[in-house]
Amino acid sequence: MAKFARKGKGGTPTLSTASLPDIVFMLLFFFMVTTVMREVDLKISVKLPQATEIKKLEKKSLVSYIYVGAPIKAFQKVYGTEPRLQLNDELSKISDVGAYISAEREKMDERDIPFMTTSIKADMEVKMGIISEIKQELKKASALKINYSTRKGL
Amino acid sequence: MARPVQEINAGSMADIAFLLLIFFLVTTTMDVDSGITRKLSAIPPENQPKPPDVKERNVYIVLINQHNQLAVEGELMAVNKLCDGVKEFINNPNDDPNLSEKKDEAIDVPFLGMMELSKGVVSLQNDKGTSYYKYIEIQNELVRAFNELRDELSMRKFGMLYKDLDDPKQKAVKKVYPMTISEAEPRNVGGKK
Repeated sequence: MAKFARKGKGGTPTLSTASLPDIVFMLLFFFMVTTVMREVDLKISVKLPQATEIKKLEKKSLVSYIYVGAPIKAFQKVYGTEPRLQLNDELSKISDVGAYISAEREKMDERDIPFMTTSIKADMEVKMGIISEIKQELKKASALKINYSTRKGL
Repeated sequence: MARPVQEINAGSMADIAFLLLIFFLVTTTMDVDSGITRKLSAIPPENQPKPPDVKERNVYIVLINQHNQLAVEGELMAVNKLCDGVKEFINNPNDDPNLSEKKDEAIDVPFLGMMELSKGVVSLQNDKGTSYYKYIEIQNELVRAFNELRDELSMRKFGMLYKDLDDPKQKAVKKVYPMTISEAEPRNVGGKK
């Protein structure tokens, strides 16, 4: 008369995995939305200095980056070990900064130009000589808002 | 009897989604760009008359040499004393004749009433051989000094930290303590390196 066949002897019931895809999809969408693809391949090594009084850069589209540091191992044969600067994907000379800034400006919306910020991502070991020259170039290009990129903490 | 529509086996859906998830996990960069924001001074046009000289007592001279040593007003100083030094210089609570002067007349600042503003300017000069991390450390200390001054004032007047104030109040506090850090052209004392 027992209509319900007893399965086994109280073994743990299998966990339903039907909702697993949903959970995973949720995570997936989160990462898809938050992700920012790497825009540049760094040819130089940059280890940022630390600071405490930092501000977040609000709008990424308003920021152009200047990387400064010694070339990484693979490029040391070609470029040596002296600190160089990188704009977009190329190692550049300091005199190229002006052209880079005006190219970045061109890409921007007219209204946003006054809010344009230049973020200097320099390796902590570089000397101030090269940084000062970059700053001088930025002044000439009248890109006056700058940001020294740093890590948090000290 | 019509055959029931066969269900698609969704068991591997999770695997596909996981694969995508891992791809995005790997490519994602979570770092938020942050740093010390500064404003460079514009190059003055050539035919512009020279700005009036600032009195020596109103300039707080901060020098960093090529050995990353810090000198303030001609004397060596430890980095951790710089912040307090700047604050004392700007505030000048005891009217020390060596520290910064107050502006001749008090200014009426909204929300804060009559305030005596300082004429003090911090002048930062570095050598070409100065290391970048040292420069950032000093910049950080200077910015910290001004942030603490602002925090102290807003704590006293509004009972809140500067960053929690609303916009017009922030502006008022900013007016009392503008970030007056000027950067001189670097010198090349240390020779070519």
